[in-house]
Amino acid sequence: MAELAAPSSKSSLREWLTTSEPRSRAQARLGNAYRSWVAFSRNPLAMFGLFIVLVLIIVAIFADQLATHSATVGGDLRTERLQPPSAAHWLGTDNQARDIYSRLVHGSRLTLMVVMLVTVIAMPVGLLIGTVAGYMGGWIDAVLMRITDIFLAFPRLILALAFVAALGPGIVNAIIAIAITSWPPYARIARAETLTIRNSDFVVAVRLQGASPFRIITRHIMPLCVPSVIIRVTLDMAGIILTAAGLGFLGLGAQPPTPEWGAMIASGRQFIIDYWWVATMPGIAIFVVSLGFNLLGDGLRDVLDPKAEK
Amino acid sequence: MTGAPLLEVEDLRVRFHLRTGTVEAVRGVSFSLGRERLGIVGESGSGKSQTARALLGLTPPPGEVTARRLTFDGIDLLKASRRTLRSLRGGRMAMVMQDPKYSLNPVMTIGKQMVETYLAHARAGKREAQEKALAMLEAVRLRDPERVFSLYPHEVSGGMGQRVMIAMMLITDPDFLIADEPTSALDVTVQQEVLRILDGLVAERGMGLIFISHDLRLVSSFCDRVLVMYGGKVMEELASGDLSSAQHPYTRGLMNCLPSISGSSHPLPTLERDPEWAK
Amino acid sequence: MMIDIRDLSIVFGTGRLRVEAVKNFSLEVEEGEAFGLVGESGSGKSTVLRAICGLAPVARGSIAIAGAPVKTPRDQKFYATVQMVFQDPYGSLHPRQTVDRILSEPLSIHGLRDQDRRIVAALEEVGLGPGYRFRYPHQLSGGQRQRVAIARALILNPKVVLLDEPTSALDASVQAEILNLLERLRAERGLTYVLVSHDLAVVTHLCRRLLVMRNGEMIELTDAETLRRGEPQSPYTRELIQATRGFRRGTAPAST
Repeated sequence: MAELAAPSSKSSLREWLTTSEPRSRAQARLGNAYRSWVAFSRNPLAMFGLFIVLVLIIVAIFADQLATHSATVGGDLRTERLQPPSAAHWLGTDNQARDIYSRLVHGSRLTLMVVMLVTVIAMPVGLLIGTVAGYMGGWIDAVLMRITDIFLAFPRLILALAFVAALGPGIVNAIIAIAITSWPPYARIARAETLTIRNSDFVVAVRLQGASPFRIITRHIMPLCVPSVIIRVTLDMAGIILTAAGLGFLGLGAQPPTPEWGAMIASGRQFIIDYWWVATMPGIAIFVVSLGFNLLGDGLRDVLDPKAEK
Repeated sequence: MTGAPLLEVEDLRVRFHLRTGTVEAVRGVSFSLGRERLGIVGESGSGKSQTARALLGLTPPPGEVTARRLTFDGIDLLKASRRTLRSLRGGRMAMVMQDPKYSLNPVMTIGKQMVETYLAHARAGKREAQEKALAMLEAVRLRDPERVFSLYPHEVSGGMGQRVMIAMMLITDPDFLIADEPTSALDVTVQQEVLRILDGLVAERGMGLIFISHDLRLVSSFCDRVLVMYGGKVMEELASGDLSSAQHPYTRGLMNCLPSISGSSHPLPTLERDPEWAK
Repeated sequence: MMIDIRDLSIVFGTGRLRVEAVKNFSLEVEEGEAFGLVGESGSGKSTVLRAICGLAPVARGSIAIAGAPVKTPRDQKFYATVQMVFQDPYGSLHPRQTVDRILSEPLSIHGLRDQDRRIVAALEEVGLGPGYRFRYPHQLSGGQRQRVAIARALILNPKVVLLDEPTSALDASVQAEILNLLERLRAERGLTYVLVSHDLAVVTHLCRRLLVMRNGEMIELTDAETLRRGEPQSPYTRELIQATRGFRRGTAPAST
């Protein structure tokens, strides 16, 4: 039944998207997405955040092309150690005569990988546990929430240490450790939303059609919880990046010579007085990326918050 | 209408400048109010609540209020300073809203809220304010005013809450009161009681009253005059005994489309909205 | 008999917080009849509807639909026979689903094919053209949302429709349209209605027989004709009638 007549010019595309009488599911969804985009793009800070995140993604994808030197192999240890930023080395070199700029560029891949994997693991788990607990109530709710509390009680770094002690250091184990401690807040948010929604008339209506709890949770309740959780996830990104950096700082995350930003700060720590750029450049990178995710999350909240809708 | 008018409104307009365009919620409303009961009736979107808020200077941004004339007891409300408006609001002009659940502060006891209102407008001590509050609670015929004084809003029923609201708004002896759907959230039997109390107090103090509602029957039985609003404009002004001789097709349509116990037509006549009315 | 309820008692909570919302409630509704339940807040009228649907804790009593006692929990057959229209047009439609999705859901749950045709027919029946099919609820007016809610209730071709204050949240002019729609649909489909409302005028317009409730108890079983003639038995019913006539000056108010 989809009638996607491809509109020709730009203004008629806008008309097609913003029509009040969409003719197909796809048109309705695209129209809604377009409206959200327009609202989002009106927020300059949010757009800035989005820009930073996009730059991160592009840098990560084209790291090989964008780096000027090798990220792992240093130059001449006699002449090129601890050089300040210059035309040859844009952000200077570290104590192994490696180009800091190229290390940052390649390190962005790790940062992005950490952020994406933690999201992909933690978000669905949190969403599922939260909505099930909220909807089913009773002992299921109690058990799931106590499990959530247990995981919430673990400080991230301590659990990561335990993990690493058990399984050995490495970026993958660090990611698992972070993911395991990240999902509880998402579960709580999802549960809170579910409790508000589950007695709404539209949920009762679908129950009165004979929908199974599974169907209600996955098709009717989860879609309403996703926006809040996404917002929380983007706001958490900064924390996740910092935790990964912290683990790297402690030597528990990525192992040398992998150019992980936190590890770079750790190794540059001892030179901070005379050779400030070694620790400061990766620090600035972490700051900028965290800021970007924060601004993006704020912007998303303004757009996705269902309470803001009429 | 006895004496000089309390409120004079001429060509009141309330506009909201949104990104998607300008919305005119009130488009040229004019009326005057003396020490009488004026009803404003309209459906949702008719602009009746926005009119009330504009009178009190409570139009939320990005709203813009303009009028050829908007005076209260000779004071120009459009040119008045914020300070003047603040002292008038709650002091000489008061407003009762629909649902006491939302219009009373849930974390303060009833007594405390009333005392605060009184002290904001009168130069008096706490003791005097408390006595005044108790006197008002008695005036709205609440049994055991001392007990209600120390209750929280969620601990009283809807009807009692609305009486508390009335007591709180009348504690400063205002010259006129705006009641915005004061009984719509209440049960029908409770509505009668609350209205009687309001009626009594308004008559006793010689106040002006603007009663806003969607219920034409109720308003015309309670008020002396009725303004019927649609699309931000006044369609018709009636003396309340005169409902059956209403001229404007919107008013007639509104009356006719209501079902009645004594019998109505099947199907009910529906309102044909003439686009001319919205111009 | 389409609906047969005997000695129903609905109790919420336990111990100190125990509340008997409905006490000793009995009701008989014939097939094709429109029956009204009238009362103020706390009367238990909406709770009775929920109990019929299996959404309220029944402490005692029995409910039978079309001669057969209902199963707890209710089964698909029940849901295909009994449907409900809710009061708040803004809360009864999923805010993120198009009208099309809202209407296709019951069809999917009951495994009915031919969804396109059924959805278009359902919309037409409630007076909404195909242009409304892919709108979201926030793009519809209150009256339009209520029409969608009615279409949703009818799309499974039920025999009984429970109406919980279907027009209380609507403007007077929209209310008239919806009442007319409900009346037409009942005549066309031979539906049985149980209409809950606090508005006596609405109830007497749509229903022939009605029951007045107060604080969970049955006060008076009467009919529209009796009310029209001004002959109700119970003083409470008289009070309710009085209230529809607007404000009466000159009677002493009560203290609470």
